[in-house]
Amino acid sequence: MSAAPRAAAGAEPVQYEMVVGLEVHVQLKTRTKLFCGCPTKFGALPNANTCPVCLGLPGTLPVLNYAAVQLGVRAAHALCCAVNDLSTFARKNYFYPDLPKGYQITQYERPLAECGWLVIGKNPDDTPITIGVTRVHLEEDAGKSLHDRYRGATALDLNRAGVPLIEVVSEPELRTAKDAGAFLRVLKQLLEYIGVSDVNMEEGSLRVDANISTRAAGDTVLGTKTEVKNLNSFSAVERAIEAEFARQQAALATGTTVEQQTMLWDAAAGEVRPARSKEDSHDYRYFPEPDLPPLVLSQDWVRKAKEELPELPSAKRTRFAKDYSLGDADIEVLTANIALADYYETVARGHEDPKSAANWVMGELLATLRATETPITAFRVRPIDLARLLDLVRAGRLSHSAAKRVFANMAETGDRPEEVAERQGLLQVSDDGAIAAWVAEVIAESPKEWERYRAGEQKLLGVLVGQAMKKSKGRADPKKLNQSFSARAAG
Amino acid sequence: MTDAATPKAAVPAGRVGAYPDAPDAVARAFDVMRTTRAAEADGLNLVLWYDREHAAKAARDVQAALDEGQDLGPLAGVPFVAKDNIATLNLPTTCASRILAGYVSPFEATVITRMERGGAVLVGKTNCDEFAMGSSTEHSAYGPARNPLDPTRVPGGSSGGSAGAVAAGIVRVALGSETGGSVRQPASFCGVVGVKPTYGRVSRYGLVAFASSLDQIGIFGAGVDDAATALELVAGRDPLDSTSADIPVPRYREAAQRSVAGLVIGRPKEYFPPSLDPRIAALCDRALTRMRELGADVRDVSLPHTDLAVPAYYIIAPAEASSNLARFDGARYGRRVPAAGLRATYEATRSDGFGSEVTRRILLGTYVLSAGYYDAYYKKAQEVRTLIAEDFQMVFASGVDVLFTPTAPTTAFPIGAKVGDPYAMYLSDIFTVTANLAGIPGMSLPIGRVDGLPVGGQLLAPHFDELTMFTLAYNLERVLGQDAHR
Repeated sequence: MSAAPRAAAGAEPVQYEMVVGLEVHVQLKTRTKLFCGCPTKFGALPNANTCPVCLGLPGTLPVLNYAAVQLGVRAAHALCCAVNDLSTFARKNYFYPDLPKGYQITQYERPLAECGWLVIGKNPDDTPITIGVTRVHLEEDAGKSLHDRYRGATALDLNRAGVPLIEVVSEPELRTAKDAGAFLRVLKQLLEYIGVSDVNMEEGSLRVDANISTRAAGDTVLGTKTEVKNLNSFSAVERAIEAEFARQQAALATGTTVEQQTMLWDAAAGEVRPARSKEDSHDYRYFPEPDLPPLVLSQDWVRKAKEELPELPSAKRTRFAKDYSLGDADIEVLTANIALADYYETVARGHEDPKSAANWVMGELLATLRATETPITAFRVRPIDLARLLDLVRAGRLSHSAAKRVFANMAETGDRPEEVAERQGLLQVSDDGAIAAWVAEVIAESPKEWERYRAGEQKLLGVLVGQAMKKSKGRADPKKLNQSFSARAAG
Repeated sequence: MTDAATPKAAVPAGRVGAYPDAPDAVARAFDVMRTTRAAEADGLNLVLWYDREHAAKAARDVQAALDEGQDLGPLAGVPFVAKDNIATLNLPTTCASRILAGYVSPFEATVITRMERGGAVLVGKTNCDEFAMGSSTEHSAYGPARNPLDPTRVPGGSSGGSAGAVAAGIVRVALGSETGGSVRQPASFCGVVGVKPTYGRVSRYGLVAFASSLDQIGIFGAGVDDAATALELVAGRDPLDSTSADIPVPRYREAAQRSVAGLVIGRPKEYFPPSLDPRIAALCDRALTRMRELGADVRDVSLPHTDLAVPAYYIIAPAEASSNLARFDGARYGRRVPAAGLRATYEATRSDGFGSEVTRRILLGTYVLSAGYYDAYYKKAQEVRTLIAEDFQMVFASGVDVLFTPTAPTTAFPIGAKVGDPYAMYLSDIFTVTANLAGIPGMSLPIGRVDGLPVGGQLLAPHFDELTMFTLAYNLERVLGQDAHR
């Protein structure tokens, strides 16, 4: 990119820095919509999840769904926000066919929660990188306009209209596109951990707009910002921020000004371009929503919600290091999402060796999930069964390679490890009589090798054990065979 | 009033039990249909939609229940009409607007459900100002309604059709809605009783919103008892309306047994300005004298911010209306005027679908909410609203139980007299908008006539104290007797 700042000859070239704030819309995992009883389930037939209220039919009124409040407050606590004991709803007015009332009910003057923060990583000196969270507020989603379904006409699907969202607004404290990406990944992980959202960008349960401005490094005054929309993946966010920063730098370097406007990210072209002209820019005419009384939350209730907050990722990482003596890299993988962390923890608790549990979960299990494209929540091997499998290996009843075969079968059938190993005849035989019989057979069939071994050629032990393994069809415990041959040689 | 203009079906207003001869609910429903048709034949244009078959069926169901011995309560088998901005399942709900021509709601308002649960029979939907915006029922897409007592004059508005239907003797109970006086003022113009309950007393679910923080469903009755009976039936918490109050509903009809002795009635001087028609002031003072004779204490009081009410109202109400009426865009239901592109379709649909008064208020409301004007207009108006509410709080806290004022500064004016002068029209709400801004209950009842036209006296009470308001109303109605109608 040709964004290198130009400067007068002889002067130092100006260094620019980007100032980025994010607005993240997250769909809350409630059973019903924010202001009516319609289901929120994704994937229903168009307009199946609608009623007079979410269709905005004349005469209808909103009734607040407290399940959404509960999830919103939980998210606010996880983001270290101060939850307002009184928050208010407002109307954001604009015309669009998929906005059935002609306004969106949101929170404006007094949001649900304010003044939080999120730790998105560590500086090189190990100090945390903390990004401020300006506010968390509740609002309803709009419907969807389908422009490509019918030729020359737009169809409306209002299933999403009225679905509860929280909007998380960050302070303009992000200075790199990478940090913006980190903010989103950490936020996604956090919200998933506390069970407030599916945070699925493909299903639209997480949506991001980025506010970007550019200033000379060291300046304290903010430059003019643009808002970049249509960001449908975390990498799109990072790329769009880079592209917009480059565009703004180029403008500033040539002495032109950055215009305050909404930009759209075009992933295919890898560029941002203005969404609409300035004359069309919206005046949302916010005013307090008269159909809903202020949302009043008792201090006790808010405190209780905080106490009931599930373990957050950072706390889980610390605890995993302490309880299971795992290294940072393992912990990073195992705590990436709550379902995996919970799975691992059940295995680790059911089995003596947490490190080998970690190796199995990160190795065989993740590989199987990837290969079969199965989410862990739908995986057929119950964690307690994986623990039992590891117990069998540790007890010497199953070789490592046999255990892999058993695991593969368990993943298909969901059967218990003992059953599978039994069925497949993979359980190791460590019964002394059987071991002695195989050893005797091998000695009888290979007297020369046996004699040479007895004479001190240690390397022949491997050959003898290998033959005995073959006789046992791989079931014999190799350690026992070793012991048995050496005992007989000595005896 | 000329004889020729007197509608054939008119019965003396205020007469309780307008159908003494009808043997049962069905006969009564047919009776109503007949009088409705007669009234329409006379060109009163009070009832926009009615369905003989459906009303007859509903009446038959009620009669069957009564014949089985079910006790449905005092309104069983009583026909009623509802303003056309209240959602009903079987009759259109057009808000007297072209943009909703033919629109039938797939759900019904809570008040309708409650009336029908009490055995009342919905027989028709009444004319009104479009989306309840107006004070004369002239701003209807379906033509102006006329005052049955003098068809050259307006019935008041915006609930003029409901008020007129009661005055014409078509029904003795009717539902209307209030945002700034739309029940009380037409009640005054038509010589009937009109009640605006406390904000939150009656569910707004199913009332097509005009200005949500001011709207309240109101009730017309031929007499005080009709209104008290119907209010008792429809009032109370509704989980579908978050602004409905969870406060027990008293038995309003018991107010009929109560005395006014010892009640303190405030006479706010701001409602009796020097410009007030002295004949209206005299009728008010006659009513107050009668109350004093019954043992009430009448005091002069002051509500100093009254003159700010109309300007504040005409900022807040249009602001909310501009938002509430945004949904009528032709995209999902109602009238659509196709044009090239989305924006052009919006413009064509809304320009064609809305009448001039609605358009005026949407523009006004959009303006006062715009960036840069919000603080100067909407926010300021809300501050004024607080001052007006505090005026009432202070007067009631000083020991006043009820306030008494004229309902409107004039009697029913001739059709066409104010329709070209919005500001003059807005001033007919001057004594009523305060109650909507403060959220307190108010009612109008007939206290006499000037030049043969009814004059209403207004009672205003503290929040949720409709009982005291009815106490005064029952006593006043009784003591004035036929004086209220001459």
